[in-house]
Amino acid sequence: MIEFHLDGRSGVAPYLQLIHQVRHALRLGLLREGDQLPKVKDVAAGLAINPNTVLKAYRELEYEGLAAARPGIGTFVTGTLDGGSLAAHGPLRRELQRWLAKARRAGLDDESIEALFASTFRSASEDAEGTGRWAG
Amino acid sequence: MTAVIETAGLGKRYRTKWALSDCTLSIPAGHVAGLVGPNGAGKTTLINLATGMLAPSAGTIEVLGGRPIDGPAQLARVGYLAQDAPLYAGLPVADHLRLGAHLNPGWDADLARHRVERLGLHPRQKAGTLSGGQRGQLALTLAVAKRPELLILDEPVASLDPLARREFLQDLMEAVAERQVSVVLSSHLISDMERACDYVIVLVDSRVRVAGAVDELLAAHHLLSGPRRDPASLPDRVEVVAASHTDVQSTLLVRTSGPVLDPAWTVSEVGLEDLVLAYMKQAAGPTPRNSHRRLEVRK
Repeated sequence: MIEFHLDGRSGVAPYLQLIHQVRHALRLGLLREGDQLPKVKDVAAGLAINPNTVLKAYRELEYEGLAAARPGIGTFVTGTLDGGSLAAHGPLRRELQRWLAKARRAGLDDESIEALFASTFRSASEDAEGTGRWAG
Repeated sequence: MTAVIETAGLGKRYRTKWALSDCTLSIPAGHVAGLVGPNGAGKTTLINLATGMLAPSAGTIEVLGGRPIDGPAQLARVGYLAQDAPLYAGLPVADHLRLGAHLNPGWDADLARHRVERLGLHPRQKAGTLSGGQRGQLALTLAVAKRPELLILDEPVASLDPLARREFLQDLMEAVAERQVSVVLSSHLISDMERACDYVIVLVDSRVRVAGAVDELLAAHHLLSGPRRDPASLPDRVEVVAASHTDVQSTLLVRTSGPVLDPAWTVSEVGLEDLVLAYMKQAAGPTPRNSHRRLEVRK
């Protein structure tokens, strides 16, 4: 079972934070098909948040096909987000760690590394989108 | 959906002074509704009218579709926790529960006992010796064990320290999840309401400035910043809630149904606290819908 947490200063709506945390856990393999999500009552009591907020997050996950409610029992994971790629995470992570070490040796600080990653990520996805469009 | 509290032209006068005047609002069921506003806005007067502690001087108020004091059946449907969690200082915890059991037909004795045990309160401890947080929790226990359809709380956490405040709200949210009770709570601490409330009513000078589901309000409001310009030049569907200007820049808090497309603006999201404060600061008078007509811009 995962445990939710809320960042009050992030500016992201609480129900979205819950959804992100479930998706994140699915991607990392912390949650698998058949696992139960925390009970609405427990999340509401634990985080002092409105139960409707939790229900809204769970409904959204159901809509995305990632979870299903079993009346009287709880909400369970029905989908997966790892796309069968979980095995590839290890090698990719090691490669990324090597790259990070290289970036630090080159004198980049945390902020520059994040900015470089974000801008490269953005231009790469734009390229991919562009080629897709022209190819089609 | 039915309303838990519905008022029309509601007013309350103390001698010559109106504590609440011409208040018209409707709070839907199934929510934890936060009633926010500056001191003196009429929050407590409204709550006292809703619980039947006061009779209106003008207008009407309906609670759960009935008059606030309409016999024992109506009283049993509403739980009320007044400011500062009033308890009998000389009475032990157990006697408070016994009192609750005798005064309330729908009393849930198991729930009350279970909650008191979990809070770690000794049955023979006198209420006067409890900490502020414990008093609040015991008072909430009495209100919840009554099994009301609507729970009305007047500034329930204002006097509590941050830890007791969080514990109180955790307890309240658990009760809401378990019993599906509607809640109306007043507070001037917006940060407390941000997590607990999914509906908000901003009351200023007796008037409802803005009311709605929190998610919908947050989705409809944006903070725009960009080169200085006259807010009146914005499209009609954009309602300016607050505006501030420097000699080169304008910052606007707007409410709009659609996306903001003008590339001159940098658009960012607004938190509940900023949104509520913006409405509280609005000058009284004309309705918010026309407010951008009143804003003056230095040319």
